[in-house]
Amino acid sequence: MVSFAGYEMPVHYSNGILSEHNHTRAAASIFDVSHMGQVVLRGDNPSAALESLVPGDIASLEPGRMRYTQFTNDVGGIIDDLRVTNAGDYLFLVVNAARKDADVVHLKNALPDDTEIEVLEDNALIALQGPSAAPVLSKYVPDAGNMPFMSSLQFTIEGIPVVVTRSGYTGEDGYEIATPSANAVRLTELILAEDGVQLAGLGARDSLRLEAGLCLYGHDIDEMTTPVEAALSWSISKRRRAGGGFPGAEIIRRQITDGVDRKRVGILPHSRAPAREGTDIIGANGNSIGTVTSGGFGPSFGGPVAMGYVRSAYAEKDTQVNLMVRGKPRPGRIAGIKFIPNRYYRG
Amino acid sequence: MGNLKYSKEHEWVRLEGDIATVGISQFAQEQLGDVVFVELPDVGKVVEQDGDAAVVESVKAASEVYAPVSGEVVEVNSELEDDPELVNRAPTGDGWFLKIRISDPSQLDDMMDEASYSDFVAGQS
Repeated sequence: MVSFAGYEMPVHYSNGILSEHNHTRAAASIFDVSHMGQVVLRGDNPSAALESLVPGDIASLEPGRMRYTQFTNDVGGIIDDLRVTNAGDYLFLVVNAARKDADVVHLKNALPDDTEIEVLEDNALIALQGPSAAPVLSKYVPDAGNMPFMSSLQFTIEGIPVVVTRSGYTGEDGYEIATPSANAVRLTELILAEDGVQLAGLGARDSLRLEAGLCLYGHDIDEMTTPVEAALSWSISKRRRAGGGFPGAEIIRRQITDGVDRKRVGILPHSRAPAREGTDIIGANGNSIGTVTSGGFGPSFGGPVAMGYVRSAYAEKDTQVNLMVRGKPRPGRIAGIKFIPNRYYRG
Repeated sequence: MGNLKYSKEHEWVRLEGDIATVGISQFAQEQLGDVVFVELPDVGKVVEQDGDAAVVESVKAASEVYAPVSGEVVEVNSELEDDPELVNRAPTGDGWFLKIRISDPSQLDDMMDEASYSDFVAGQS
């Protein structure tokens, strides 16, 4: 167990990280991610209110659809990254555990008084991830299997009310299931009893998201990193790029047009030595060109993988670099941000 | 696996003549979890008791392996380069790390035998 954002969290269960990781890609795992913040925004026009704080296109989000975006600050840095669901008459936000208090203060300070902000303190969040997730959930709710990626549905599982989104943090197909905490244990035990479902901890969650090229807040993105530098420009629509109206919009727009000095990239070490967070990245000229922000062993990839920031001149794929691991230069190269293909449900 | 002596840092030593084979204990490998990389010293390196000797990386993190005895590294287990999981499968056998030509045999006197190490580990968990 480790302390994580004020929660006691298991790094792994009895099977260990490697086995939990592999099981998730082969079948399905349950992750207790109840530490994440769940926030409801209500008001006359919560989408317009939220768009004043994020570069994502919230206004065009259809009911029952979900989108990834970031809270930005005045210099375009990322205060937090989040997912926003249009739940019909309100917006449902899932934010990072370590940032939820700061996010709520930020929302209260910035949003108009007629936008009601409710933190769902007593809601649990259970992620069911992996190729068996859809067959398992479909046994309870046939519609679950047809849900598009990044969509949301409300239903009941054996009488337990749940809000389910088809999303996750592993690169696999899967769901995140929100339910009042009082139901969480029963729901988890129910799903865990299904064939092919096991528990997985924080360690596997980290190696799965790293292989999938997904950012971890506070490591790969922070208040000094813009969405453009973080290779998240895909999450900013044409309308939002042109219209702005969010903190740091001018800086972000200029970065999209003119480019950035540094970029988030995938990094592939050539030896078996993992290049972990903080590893200095050295270019062909012998100078430091960047730093690893997340790195470790990729069990599905079958070797060490990393992501980090390098100066844009060195961000081209296959650029040869050296990774300084415990004072020794270890060769590697710049790679795509994803080390395994996403297997999200595409219908 | 008789004749093993253990350190408080969970390394073991097996002495044959003046050559000490060094590895990490069953308890240590369980704590580390799946080992994915082992960084071994160069042969010829002189190590000091309790000084850095190797690094073992699990999926979780990198951990130092300390030299339980002082001396010169005369051999390292190159099998670990391609098969680091040997450390998990056979920590006190094929998963050994290095061999040291010891300079001070009395350093082994303060190390624990199997029984005292078992008690020591029981006290840690």
